[in-house]
Amino acid sequence: MSQVRILVGTRKGAFVLTSDSARGRWAISDPHFPGWEVFHITGSRADPDRLYASQSTQWFGQLIRRSDDGGRTWRAMSNKFVYDGEVGTHRWHWGDGTPHRWEFERIWHLEPSPADPDLVYAGAADAALFRSTDGGQHWAELAALRQHESASSWEPGAGGLCLHTIVLPPDDPDRIFAGISAAGLFKSDDSGATWRPVNKGLRSQDLPNPYAEVGHCVHHVAMHPARPEVLFMQKHWDVMRSDDAGESWHEITGNLPAGFGFPIQVHAHEPDTVYLVPIAGESEHFPPGGQLRVYRSRTGGGEWEPLVNGLPQRDCYVNVLRDAMTADSLEPCGIYFGTTGGQVYASADEGGNWTAIARDLPAVLSVDAQVLP
Amino acid sequence: MIRVVLPTHLRRLANVAGEVQLHLDEAGPATQRLLLDALEASYPMLRGTIRDQVTGDRRGFVRFFACQQDVSGEPPDAPLPGPVAVGQEPFLVVGAMAGG
Repeated sequence: MSQVRILVGTRKGAFVLTSDSARGRWAISDPHFPGWEVFHITGSRADPDRLYASQSTQWFGQLIRRSDDGGRTWRAMSNKFVYDGEVGTHRWHWGDGTPHRWEFERIWHLEPSPADPDLVYAGAADAALFRSTDGGQHWAELAALRQHESASSWEPGAGGLCLHTIVLPPDDPDRIFAGISAAGLFKSDDSGATWRPVNKGLRSQDLPNPYAEVGHCVHHVAMHPARPEVLFMQKHWDVMRSDDAGESWHEITGNLPAGFGFPIQVHAHEPDTVYLVPIAGESEHFPPGGQLRVYRSRTGGGEWEPLVNGLPQRDCYVNVLRDAMTADSLEPCGIYFGTTGGQVYASADEGGNWTAIARDLPAVLSVDAQVLP
Repeated sequence: MIRVVLPTHLRRLANVAGEVQLHLDEAGPATQRLLLDALEASYPMLRGTIRDQVTGDRRGFVRFFACQQDVSGEPPDAPLPGPVAVGQEPFLVVGAMAGG
């Protein structure tokens, strides 16, 4: 019987939750890296025993650790993230045009290649994309993104000027999407040598030009590997869809109670089934009405149904962050998400019923699922 | 021989239980820079956690104590206090109290 492993990054360490494929009983590991903020812990799809973790604290900076045995042991990899070439300025802060020099803060997201466990990308704040071809022993910046002609106009989102989303279409190893708050989505078709913004159709009401080419606060982007030309985006406001690999976008917010939220996730087997968690607004950062509800569309957006069975429907004021939702590849597909209140919820039936498989972890920053033979 | 006391997070990272003992190969007086060079050579996983890997600047929330003094502001190439240089007193790397 196969095993499911859920990798959970939190404000105070990482946890590994394991179950058999029935997904009814879960064991929770002791904390890995206790005391460190683990913005992301993830596994390679090419080698599930290869894990990468990004840890940081204000005191001791950034670490990258890697496991080659599914998390039993870890070793420190290079944490030398150096901006390549000229280091320019971006705007600082919201609505303030003051130039601010690029400063490395932390790695938000690690994205291993779907085909090569030693090839891994790292998204940083201040916004930059790094790549390692040797399993994290060395990192090199794909500097053309940070040096894009629009970069001096980029402004941070509330979480900083962070590159938080990296999408690697499995059918084209030269194509990379990178999402930056609050600059927008960028696309490279030459392995990161050149970049261009792909934000046509996005509307951000607080911008001087709501349809500007850059300046949009992209929260997260999801893609189904079997249909890589279709992208789903949770934006600061609005849920969006592209059918042409980001070249144009149209809104699919539809009947959602709020267009705001952070994560967006595609079903493992159904490219038109999408999940997200609406949040009351940019200031509240909690569910509307204190009701924690996952919304699912089976039509690729526009029409959404609330999924509530097993989720708190009163007095719930947690948030679900952008990397804190995932799906497993079992049949039926399992969906998982973690909250800033330290719960990890799981559904073994595509979202129909939910169970808290961890209740009292530190605030959850990331959730990733692996199915092991 | 120089003795170094690391904060808990860095002891765990370096997989050491107590004090770290270093032998500086350089001729001449022991300095903070030589001490940190030797520390990072023995424990490469500590690179970047105490000082910036490019500029060499001490991280903002890391302090250095020795002989009951805060020596964080001492120039990196100034000689270490005598008792530290001969191993009578440890050199303490401390995570600053900040954030509650």
